[in-house]
Amino acid sequence: MSSLLSFATAFALGCYAVASVLVLVRMIRGPRAQDRVLALDLLYLHGMLFMIVLGIRHASDVYFEGALLIALFGFVSSSAMAKFLLRGEVIE
Amino acid sequence: MNGNVPFWAELMVALLLVLSGLFVIISAFGFLRLPDFFLRMHPPALAYTFGSWSVTVASILYFSMRQGRLVLHPWLIIILLSISVPVTTLLLARVALFRRRTAGVADTPAPLSQRGN
Repeated sequence: MSSLLSFATAFALGCYAVASVLVLVRMIRGPRAQDRVLALDLLYLHGMLFMIVLGIRHASDVYFEGALLIALFGFVSSSAMAKFLLRGEVIE
Repeated sequence: MNGNVPFWAELMVALLLVLSGLFVIISAFGFLRLPDFFLRMHPPALAYTFGSWSVTVASILYFSMRQGRLVLHPWLIIILLSISVPVTTLLLARVALFRRRTAGVADTPAPLSQRGN
């Protein structure tokens, strides 16, 4: 791991951490439920990006499966919550 | 397996990573600051497209250079995101519109089925 790549991954991880805190503030403050659902979806995305960058930082392939799973679960959970807000139940 | 990554590839990977970090932080800042939900739906698109695309391209470039062959499986993440994100966003927009109608906010457009002509 060169120092350039080490710096770049650390910078990206720091940016994601700060962005997650900002989104978390919106999630706590968010006036309506749909703000909170969108904030949770965005947090899932940040977690997925964390995994990919950690995979580059540690030069390891195993983080990729984790990132894929997080993306999948993020989609399922956000669409289920949106469906719940829209119809009052998830599976009709 | 442990091939050496040339400097130009490392530089490009580093640039893409820094770019994605900046895009993600800009999108989160906009998501925090904008006043209305329909305005707030837009900044996350920056993270969903530019943020994830640049990270994935960086990952493809780095692992391809490192293993000495074309490693394309990070592309799966982009494909999955480009299918799933529009569905979530559209559902959330419909949720916001529906709940606004239910709450009886004055200047909400009526459903298309109840509009004349």
